[in-house]
Amino acid sequence: MNEDDVDRLDRNRRHFLTVATAVTGLVGVGAVAVPFLSSLKPSARAQALGAPVEVPIGSMQPGEMVRVLWRGKLVFVLRRTADMLERLPENVAMLRDPDSQVVEQQPPYAVNGFRSVKPEFLIVEGSCTHLGCAPLQDFEVRPSENWEGGFFCPCHGSKFDLAGRVFKGVPAPANLRVPPHRFVRDDLILIGQDTGAA
Amino acid sequence: MARVEAEVGKAQGGLMKWIDDRFPFTETMRYHATEYYASKNFNIWYVFGVLAMVVLVIQLVTGIFLTMNYKPAAAEAFASVEYIMRDVEWGWLIRYMHSTGASFFFIVVYLHMFRAMLYGSYKKPRELIWLIGMLIFFVLMAEAFAGYLLPWGQMSYWGAQVIISLFGAIPGVGEALVEIIRGDYSISDITLNRFFALHVIVLPLALIGLVFVHIVALHEVGSNNPDGIDIKKHKGADGIPLDGVAFHPYHTSKDLVAIIVFLIIFSAVVFFAPEMGGYFLEHANFEPANMTATPEHIAPVWYFTPFYAILRAVPDKLWGAILMAGAVLLPVFLPWLDRARVKSIRYRGWIYKSALSTFAVTFLVLGWLGTMPAEGIYVNAARFFSALYFAFFLLMPYYTTVDKTKPVPDRVVYHG
Repeated sequence: MNEDDVDRLDRNRRHFLTVATAVTGLVGVGAVAVPFLSSLKPSARAQALGAPVEVPIGSMQPGEMVRVLWRGKLVFVLRRTADMLERLPENVAMLRDPDSQVVEQQPPYAVNGFRSVKPEFLIVEGSCTHLGCAPLQDFEVRPSENWEGGFFCPCHGSKFDLAGRVFKGVPAPANLRVPPHRFVRDDLILIGQDTGAA
Repeated sequence: MARVEAEVGKAQGGLMKWIDDRFPFTETMRYHATEYYASKNFNIWYVFGVLAMVVLVIQLVTGIFLTMNYKPAAAEAFASVEYIMRDVEWGWLIRYMHSTGASFFFIVVYLHMFRAMLYGSYKKPRELIWLIGMLIFFVLMAEAFAGYLLPWGQMSYWGAQVIISLFGAIPGVGEALVEIIRGDYSISDITLNRFFALHVIVLPLALIGLVFVHIVALHEVGSNNPDGIDIKKHKGADGIPLDGVAFHPYHTSKDLVAIIVFLIIFSAVVFFAPEMGGYFLEHANFEPANMTATPEHIAPVWYFTPFYAILRAVPDKLWGAILMAGAVLLPVFLPWLDRARVKSIRYRGWIYKSALSTFAVTFLVLGWLGTMPAEGIYVNAARFFSALYFAFFLLMPYYTTVDKTKPVPDRVVYHG
């Protein structure tokens, strides 16, 4: 081997060592990043506090709505009147997703004309699907405005009907989300748990 | 020979020599102050960089003192701010300085950026200074946003809700990202805690580091001037630019006047109008955060409203978020969008002059629209002015090419 060959050999070795060192270092940085990034996820306590909540509904009158917090999120529980239920189909033509086609927005048992397990009881998250403001209730029927009663978001003007279905031409892209829930008894709802079926 | 060179920029004796042998103190002072030459014809537009530094110092000092009494917990945050306002000696002053400082930071930075647009300061060879400056602007926005959650008022909570939800618009990873930002399934104690960490450690550190790099980059290529002329082209026998004067003591004494005037205005606001009619401190924020009710009218603080108006102008979640992000990011590309041969507005044609004036008005009107309710005429107006905003940037390569420019003089001139 002459000197040039030795030089080239050294260069190749150095190149290999440089790359190997850099790669090893990057793997190390990546490995160390895992615990730090994971610490940003909801902690065990946050998950525990996200446990299901019970809502007694025995004393609710038709037309009454209660607001409860589940996982820090606002949930509306509305006992709809017979009149409200009758008016629901009238909105269909003005809605973006009248048949609840968007899968993530409700569990399978809420895919129906009422978006609920029992027609009377609407259970939706009170969080506008646009940017998360809490929609206001506006249940007054105003035929002159083509308004059958529903929810109105004060932040950016999104509108939803009394099944939480979004109207066309507003910024919110999807219907209000129906959280997983089930009827424990006729007068008690558990929000946050459904064991798959209602 | 090398040894002699090493002695240049060192004190001749005494303590300073002892230091200079161990740390380049005198050399650094000369390089960055006493022998840093900037144009003689700086006008009032050239004080806002220094003023931004002054506000940064005000924010750091008042911020440190606020952390001594503030409690970053959902159950205590709102009350601890009230405690600072009522029970801590001079606490109200420190807090009002900090809240007013936030607004003044943006006033000063927006004017500083507008100066760059007036005199083409972002153009070659100062592109990197502009890029670092834009990065500073983004960190500043994040810093202001994180800080706004800390008082845990209604607007803190719902403003954060809206802005964090924006990240949810990103297809695919959006929802997971939102969960990582909040650290919870909703904005909670956990979110407040980490925003506190971001606001008092991460972002201020980044800000200080970036400001340092911004100035180092500036001093490498030298300051621009209202004529957009390279003053290093004409040097005297001593090698000093004929149109330049030393930063210290000449520019520093001019800056001192600006700082005093600034502090007079700043104090007037702190003492007589710290809420600025609901623009600097929004009225809804005097109510503690309530997860079950959004305030009837929600708007960010004034310095975000131009971008917020663009967001609201679009009746679609994803496109609204994209256009808002685009509006914030577009100025980054100014050095390459602007094809004009001259830097300064003084030597540009009527097209750029009208475009820039229209842009300034557009920005202000969008800012006003962002504070108004999202209904009727306001939404249509926001759409019109959003279009103007984007047109200014996207059509720039065209209109700066066809615009007739005037000949640029050899040496700086004094007027205006």
